[in-house]
Amino acid sequence: MTALRNIAAIFEKEWRHYFGSPIAWVALFVWTMLFGIFFYFAFDYFLEASMRASQQGMEMGGGMKLSLNEYLIRPIFHNMAVVALFLAPMLTMRLFAEEKRQGTIELLATAPLTDWQIVLGKFLAAAGLYALMILAGLLNLVLVFLYATTPPEWKPIVTGALAIFLLGCCFLALGTFVSTLTRNQIVAGILSFCLFLGIWTLGWADNPMAGPVAKVVAYLGVTTHMEDMVKGVLNLKDVVFYLSFITAGLFLAHQSVESQRWRA
Amino acid sequence: MIEVTNLTKRYGRQTAVDGISFRVEKGEIMGFLGPNGAGKTTTMRILTCYLPPTDGTARVAGYDVFRTPIEVKKRVGYIPETPPLYPDMTIQEFLDFCSKIKGVPSRDRKAKIDDAIEKCRVGDVRDKLIAKLSKGYRQRVGLAQAILNNPDVLILDEPTAGLDPKQIIETRELIKSLGGDHTIILSTHILPEVSMTCGRVVIINKGRRLQGAGALRLEVRGEPAPVVQALQAVPGVLHVKPHPAHDGLLTLDVEAEAGKDVRADLAAAIVTRGFGLLGLQQVGMSLEDIFLHLTTTDHAEEPSAVPASTEVTE
Repeated sequence: MTALRNIAAIFEKEWRHYFGSPIAWVALFVWTMLFGIFFYFAFDYFLEASMRASQQGMEMGGGMKLSLNEYLIRPIFHNMAVVALFLAPMLTMRLFAEEKRQGTIELLATAPLTDWQIVLGKFLAAAGLYALMILAGLLNLVLVFLYATTPPEWKPIVTGALAIFLLGCCFLALGTFVSTLTRNQIVAGILSFCLFLGIWTLGWADNPMAGPVAKVVAYLGVTTHMEDMVKGVLNLKDVVFYLSFITAGLFLAHQSVESQRWRA
Repeated sequence: MIEVTNLTKRYGRQTAVDGISFRVEKGEIMGFLGPNGAGKTTTMRILTCYLPPTDGTARVAGYDVFRTPIEVKKRVGYIPETPPLYPDMTIQEFLDFCSKIKGVPSRDRKAKIDDAIEKCRVGDVRDKLIAKLSKGYRQRVGLAQAILNNPDVLILDEPTAGLDPKQIIETRELIKSLGGDHTIILSTHILPEVSMTCGRVVIINKGRRLQGAGALRLEVRGEPAPVVQALQAVPGVLHVKPHPAHDGLLTLDVEAEAGKDVRADLAAAIVTRGFGLLGLQQVGMSLEDIFLHLTTTDHAEEPSAVPASTEVTE
């Protein structure tokens, strides 16, 4: 009970920092704007493709309908995953670095809080803001539900949103860890971004001809586990992968916070 | 209330705190005096569970800082040298946050915050951003944060550093008024501060507590060389310093190990060898002497060479 209250206190403080500074507003603005732009272009492309399909259909008799999920929503999720790669460092870089620079880490460390409560409170604050960003972006899709003659399936949208949420949380957990390593936000931000990019590229090792080593490497790449979820297939193994990845990141962050006390 | 035994902290090869022991009773204000880099901050950080000790134990209100840090943290209010504040919060918001992480129950929160604000006299700026506060106000907000949950123990690291003279006086008054209810340890390298605010002082230098050699002055009739030899043979005697003799009357300063009463042995050593013992008295050094000695001589490296009684009661 006290643990939850402590985590909530840290969470609230972090949100106050996010929304009291431009960080949250810039992140929300960039995310929703890019979501809107991708939505616009994907929609444009969809209209063109369905026009062509219906013309072909008329020639052959009996038009075919393109799936909104496949041609409109899925590409947007893929694009937003890339945006998450860029924005995640922005959300996590100051979490610990700023506390260390200001000396306020001493306040947290000497308050009756455990290191886990501090790490979790901070991570959840970042994850909460990220969830808010995703929800704000999804507002675009409401239009499709309102105006499409055959609305898209909602299940792939939910699993797709869950996929980019989990993918982003992997970055946020790892970024929380990187932020504990330095007192300089910029260093934390750049290091996190390079690390995320490196992990992202692991997924490129995946191809049908890949040998066992390449398969293992690709398995660790966070993007490979998104594919099925974006298509609307929720595999337990993918969810477990993401959750273990997040746990590992938070564990590293906790160990780092704890060990700095021994070294400092 | 606070019990420190043989506390040691090493950073790699460097020893910051070297076997310090002291006790602070409930309601006492104890001054922690020493030049910069003496190990004051490290000791305080160990007491507040910010750093783990390398060796030795420290107990606050009966709880060990290493084994039960959460219990200790609940009972300790702490201000580091630069008060840890979030510049983008107002005082009200900051104290609100602090009361939450210190586990102040929500129904008491408003009253406790108001109380701390009133005690530390920051009421007129409570809705101002901390970034815009002067150093003196920041120090007071730091203090308000520390007393928020009414802790048994307050640990203040150089609470008057960087303040102007008027603010220093105000801060001292404030600390004095908090004594009694709280057990307070405050560190400083300013001597008058100790005599003005503290009931008791522990002096440390280069990581060691200056363990007092009780200084004794002897007046003896006899030849200098054999007398010195005789006195040095007494167990517990660290150093014998003869003053120039006149009229065959020899005055000697003797330093003994801490906590050892060597007076009887000294007297016996002189009398059994056939010298005449004319006088034997304890000479206390004033706080000032000790501190000047400490900061102006190289002997300060060896605590045993300092002719000081440690716990100087003002």
